Amino acid sequence: MMAESVEIAEQHQSVVARFIEQARASAAVVTEVADLETAISYTVDLCGSQAACRLEAAGGDTNLSRDADGFREPEQTKIIAAPGLDPAAYKLLNKRCGAHGFICIDSGMRSPLSGVDIGFSYADIGIAETGTLVLNCPGEELRLATMICECHVCVLPKSKIVKDGFAAEEQLQRFMRKAPNYTAFITGPSRTADIERVLTIGVHGPLELHILMMEG
Amino acid sequence: MQVAKNLRNYRKECEESLSNEFLRSALDNFAVAYRASRANAFSGFDVDRLIGDVADIKDNTLRHLDELYSQFKNSAEAAGVTVHYARDAAEANAIINRIARETNCKTVVKSKSMTAEETLLNHALEDEGLEVTETDLGEWIIQLRHEGPSHMVMPAIHLSRYQIGDLFSDVTGSKQGDDIEKLVKVARHELRQKFVEADMGITGANFAIADTGTIGLVTNEGNARLVTTLPRVHVALMGIDKLVSTIDDVLKILKILPRNATGQAITSYVTWITGANECAIGTERKKDIHFVVLDNGRREMANDPLFSEVFRCVRCGACANVCPVYRLVGGHKMGHIYIGAIGLILTYFFHGPEKARNLVQNCINCEACKDICAGGIDLPRLIKAVYNRIQDEEGHPLPSLLLGKILKNRKLFHTLLRAAKWAQKPMADNEGFMRHLPMIFFKGHEFKALPTVAEKPFRDRWPGIKPVITTPRCRIGLFSGCLQDFVYPEQMAAAVKLFGDHGVDMSFPMKQSCCGLPVQMMGELNASRDVAIQNLRAFEKEEVDYIVTLCASCASHLKHNYPLLLSGDARLAEKVKRFSSKIIDFSSFVNDVLQVKPEEFAGSGRKATFHSPCHLCRGLDVHDAPRDLMRTSGLDYCEANEEEVCCGFGGTYSAKFPELSAQLLNKKLDNVEATGAELLLTDCPGCIMQLRGGLKKRGSQIKVKHTAEALSERRKKE
Repeated sequence: MMAESVEIAEQHQSVVARFIEQARASAAVVTEVADLETAISYTVDLCGSQAACRLEAAGGDTNLSRDADGFREPEQTKIIAAPGLDPAAYKLLNKRCGAHGFICIDSGMRSPLSGVDIGFSYADIGIAETGTLVLNCPGEELRLATMICECHVCVLPKSKIVKDGFAAEEQLQRFMRKAPNYTAFITGPSRTADIERVLTIGVHGPLELHILMMEG
Repeated sequence: MQVAKNLRNYRKECEESLSNEFLRSALDNFAVAYRASRANAFSGFDVDRLIGDVADIKDNTLRHLDELYSQFKNSAEAAGVTVHYARDAAEANAIINRIARETNCKTVVKSKSMTAEETLLNHALEDEGLEVTETDLGEWIIQLRHEGPSHMVMPAIHLSRYQIGDLFSDVTGSKQGDDIEKLVKVARHELRQKFVEADMGITGANFAIADTGTIGLVTNEGNARLVTTLPRVHVALMGIDKLVSTIDDVLKILKILPRNATGQAITSYVTWITGANECAIGTERKKDIHFVVLDNGRREMANDPLFSEVFRCVRCGACANVCPVYRLVGGHKMGHIYIGAIGLILTYFFHGPEKARNLVQNCINCEACKDICAGGIDLPRLIKAVYNRIQDEEGHPLPSLLLGKILKNRKLFHTLLRAAKWAQKPMADNEGFMRHLPMIFFKGHEFKALPTVAEKPFRDRWPGIKPVITTPRCRIGLFSGCLQDFVYPEQMAAAVKLFGDHGVDMSFPMKQSCCGLPVQMMGELNASRDVAIQNLRAFEKEEVDYIVTLCASCASHLKHNYPLLLSGDARLAEKVKRFSSKIIDFSSFVNDVLQVKPEEFAGSGRKATFHSPCHLCRGLDVHDAPRDLMRTSGLDYCEANEEEVCCGFGGTYSAKFPELSAQLLNKKLDNVEATGAELLLTDCPGCIMQLRGGLKKRGSQIKVKHTAEALSERRKKE
């Protein structure tokens, strides 16, 4: 019995290793975190380290001189969107954001459509064969948060990683049977090769995908 | 888009593409890079099994089309979606226009959909005053340029960064450079606004799952996610062929679709939509969702015993990726709306014979598409069948009718070939080439020298060279094919000597004729069938272990096409099976059956390279045998680039599209010359004719030989 469970644990470990390898191959950033608190710290640090990237359609992205860019900086407030988080976790994230002067939101995703800096979410399944995250997101707020963010940070408990799509089949079917449903497979950041077949990251979706792997 | 009025115009259009330097190099790079990334994506997978799965799933859809459709409709409608059925393109467009009117939509954002391209949906919507914006980067680019896609997956592959930079400068009113990353960001900004403002989002669907009424969308950019989330109305337009039973089917197809399309293990996004999802700006916070399921010629295809396998297409676009003709002329010429091999077929069913007529002739029959198809569709064969059907409907042209008639009468055909010997006298040189050609018949053929017909065909030499074998190790029948009988009999003679020395007893049935592939290429299926029966009868009485042919094209046609051609005739079924199972190519016979040894050969280790005939490497799946033989015989084999890419001969193709044939040949010869080899071997007399003719024109010293000749020359003299 003991031997068997050791074997199962080893098998799962290799599935997890495969997931990490494949996710990295798809240009995702994969990091192991100890717990939710670390995940939140990671996210807030990430937000702080990145230039605010909200793209006002009127040209927030135009190349400005260094001076002009610096002048603009203080007026920008970075946004972390985290709909669908459990209340305790959201409270913690909100508190950390407050300490750094970031805005934390869990609704109203349609108003900053010009973009949020970070979308924070939880994955329901991880598929090792392709390094894919599965997000069951019938709620519009969560869905939008993962689409309009410049950087998507997603927490994936290791126990939710399965070998391949077929191992996730029953669960997928459960999602779909509970209509209406919107389920997303997400593998790496948004990409295109439509101009001269040159792989370019970040067309309409996130420019970065960070996967935070957590025990449990 | 096909606008050419006749084959001549179409040829001219193709020729214009040849002078597009950017297109040529872009498609060359793509062809090479694609092969590598696809191989990488499939490493460790049993590809044949994956292809088999797709074929099974799609065949099942075909058998249960009506049930699956009503199951899909019921499930989707139970979840709050409205499902519409459209018989043709006009009806689909009308339905979508009606939805727009009833829901008071003014602006539309679209994600990429080949089906919407098929119905020319944008034009129909714009005619009703709707503002339509494509949001897939490539589609947006071609929409702004008022063009159709030139590839099913990469619609703007024909354009350079500079052209796109100029285009975006016009669109944004400010100067844009040629930095691709920045150009992509321009699209991100410009289009985000469109998503926000749009009333309606239109997508296609890669899958329609009957079980749960779910649609699946396979994308990379993330635009389809926004298109299906932001606007209050969502319309998904899909062909009825997208139906599958369950999620399990989809997971299977998903294993092969992105890998075959772009060499990706999976795309960035796969989106599954079931029912009327939450939408903050919708009525009762629900999105108004409509699925429009389109027939438009698909049922006709499904009900046709021959064409039903087209249903297996998953629109991965791989058939274009590997097509040597696509690589030369691009998708605007190698397609109407659907591109590549599958495009040649679908154009006929979706857009009619008018659009397909010229296009369908532009297949060189190299089988690269068949080899790579995710659904295992026999594309080259179906392309010829479409051609045949168009000619049945519109009347067969005189030359192909004539050739068909002549081939049906073997004696007449052979008499004509013999007569050519006399007719060519004034034009023949003394090296076996025509000095000049009557240009009225051979316009555009200046790129290669053509051979003369031999003094004495193989069939006349046979009685004199047939060896007497007292204790045979095996017995074979020889199938010569026209070229080796009448043009290159020395190749056959070399093989006969080699076989005789190995104790092989041979027969050469005199009633054999052309294998029939040339008439099949010309869309003369009846003649092709008749010739097949003649050959079957010629070999009927022969008690042989193998039927050996030195021509890879004959071999692959005899082996794989005969059973299909004669499948309608129950009396012949057993005979053709026996016949086809005995067919073997020269190299496989010598290497695998006779198992020749290095001790038999002598001579210096001359540097030699190989051209792999399409019908050898793909038609017969033979790769190692001829190369092993080169090494066994002591030649210094050095691999050329793209050895398994077509030389541009393609039988009657090179006569019909000489400009394209010449380009393929040039590329081939460049690769051959780059090896520094003095000897080029191959296993097909058609390829030999093409390669020798091209090298002669170049004034090259490289000798082209059939593997049989090279081996024969290197055997130790006893």
